[in-house]
Amino acid sequence: MEFVTQHAVLVVSLVKIVILLFLTLTTLAYLTWFERKVVAHIQSRWGPYYVGAHGLLQPLADGLKFLFKEDVTPPGADKFLYIFAPFLALSLALTTIALIPFGPATITILGQPTQLIVADVNIGLMFVFAITSIGVYGVALAGWSSNSKYPLLGGLRSSAQMISYEVALTLSVVGVVLLAGTLNFNEMVSDQVGYYRYFPFIPRWHLFPQIIGFLCYFTSAIAETNRVPFDLPEAETELVAGFHTEYSSFKFAMFFMAEYANMLTVSFLATILFLGGWLSPFPESWTFLQYLPAVVLLGLGVYLAYDAVMGATGIGRIQLIVITCGALVLGVLCLLPAVIPIIQGPFWFLLKVGGLLFFYVWTRGTLPRFRYDQLMSLGWKLLLPVSLANLVGTALWIIFPLFVKHG
Amino acid sequence: MTLPFILFFVLALTAIGGALLLILAREPIHSALSLILVMMSLAGLYLMLGAEFVAAVQIIVYAGAIMVLFVFVIMLLNAGVEERTEYSKIAKYVGIPLGLLLLLDLAHGMAHSLMGRAPANGAGSANVMVSTRDLSLQLFQKYLFPFEATSILILIAILGALVLAKRDE
Repeated sequence: MEFVTQHAVLVVSLVKIVILLFLTLTTLAYLTWFERKVVAHIQSRWGPYYVGAHGLLQPLADGLKFLFKEDVTPPGADKFLYIFAPFLALSLALTTIALIPFGPATITILGQPTQLIVADVNIGLMFVFAITSIGVYGVALAGWSSNSKYPLLGGLRSSAQMISYEVALTLSVVGVVLLAGTLNFNEMVSDQVGYYRYFPFIPRWHLFPQIIGFLCYFTSAIAETNRVPFDLPEAETELVAGFHTEYSSFKFAMFFMAEYANMLTVSFLATILFLGGWLSPFPESWTFLQYLPAVVLLGLGVYLAYDAVMGATGIGRIQLIVITCGALVLGVLCLLPAVIPIIQGPFWFLLKVGGLLFFYVWTRGTLPRFRYDQLMSLGWKLLLPVSLANLVGTALWIIFPLFVKHG
Repeated sequence: MTLPFILFFVLALTAIGGALLLILAREPIHSALSLILVMMSLAGLYLMLGAEFVAAVQIIVYAGAIMVLFVFVIMLLNAGVEERTEYSKIAKYVGIPLGLLLLLDLAHGMAHSLMGRAPANGAGSANVMVSTRDLSLQLFQKYLFPFEATSILILIAILGALVLAKRDE
């Protein structure tokens, strides 16, 4: 106990890391469920249905399957790199989430005031880019070390693609950095507080002055995370499964998780940079909105209770009742006066992130895959010049503001 | 033994170990990865000196961009295991004495700063965190000309590469 009081900062950080890691890994598992459900409904199917009510136990079943499958190492593989690559991919993808602020609230744990962020770095944006820029090695090394043709081609494609799109990705957010005048995430969000003077109903999110930057950012981000329509490193019609063809069992699951973690990071970043982070889009005078998280959770609980009684049978019914109780308890917790100010930031933040993730899945359900030369020319001939022009335009705008004095 | 002290030694030893691996590894990809290890530990050392921005840029530019191209080319050429040769004579008779001389010079400088005499180039003020703003003010006001000259130099290098690549047509 003495150790705990002496090293309160350390202990609090550790607690935050453990909670964040637990939440992130659970979210990653259920993102697969979310994606399968949404894509299924886009294609007029049901998606996961049989394992638990609404297929909600499917991620658990998948995880168990991955754990119990045989772990094969192909002959002639570079053994160290073959094992190292998935670890690198997943650990780097998870590290970036430590730099993300989830809300403005300050909580006191063990007499230690602490914020809803694990590492509040002065140049948070630069560090996220630094970590994601190394992320390409996970994919490239996996492709090389498998000692097989298809993975090698996948690894080559991914390194070329990620280098190309990283340039556009980085350039597209520099406009936001210029507007905010900082690289720190907390300060970036505080820069977006309030409304425009001449349009008092539009929040001062960077989305509106930087709409071109946002479009460039999100397009490059989809390419950077190797997702449809830019998933050429694992194009299954050409390369079997691309860079992870030779991977089986939990190593394959690690690549899968890394991909979803990267999706999360990219959506977090887009929310902070362009969509006002944890800020609510509505005026502060609408105080009744502070009950919104509770209303949403309680509504979910009531719907699930109805579903448990009317729809589900067997284990699904028990499972739904458990989730209902959880949602109701959380909803009641959100009504407590002590919790209300803390929950506001994360609620709006996660709502926006959820919207972006839905957009991600929507894109996957809608668009066909690009051809490789189309991918390259889109990156170098369209996104790069446009984001450069956006950068120059923003800089000129800051020097010669036409009608609104910035800040 | 304070935490920064331990961290310094871990990072420094990693850098040296990575550099040794870079030379000794026979697989080109292993050499490239060791070089990345060296760059990462250097970034860690910059971070300990309070230069956040430089550390991040070190990782983004060297580990994230330049080395990715190295790895890409090695993978593309599918370069095999290197063969051992008789070591070069120049390295033996010129390189080793020069290396020793450099080591001696470094040891001399370190001994000076350990004695408490003038530390080399104001090192030792490690507790100051240099903000990006300070760095850019220095870069774009005091050192504007060298900065622009360097960028023109890089531009010339890019043009040179273009000319070489286009020569066949």
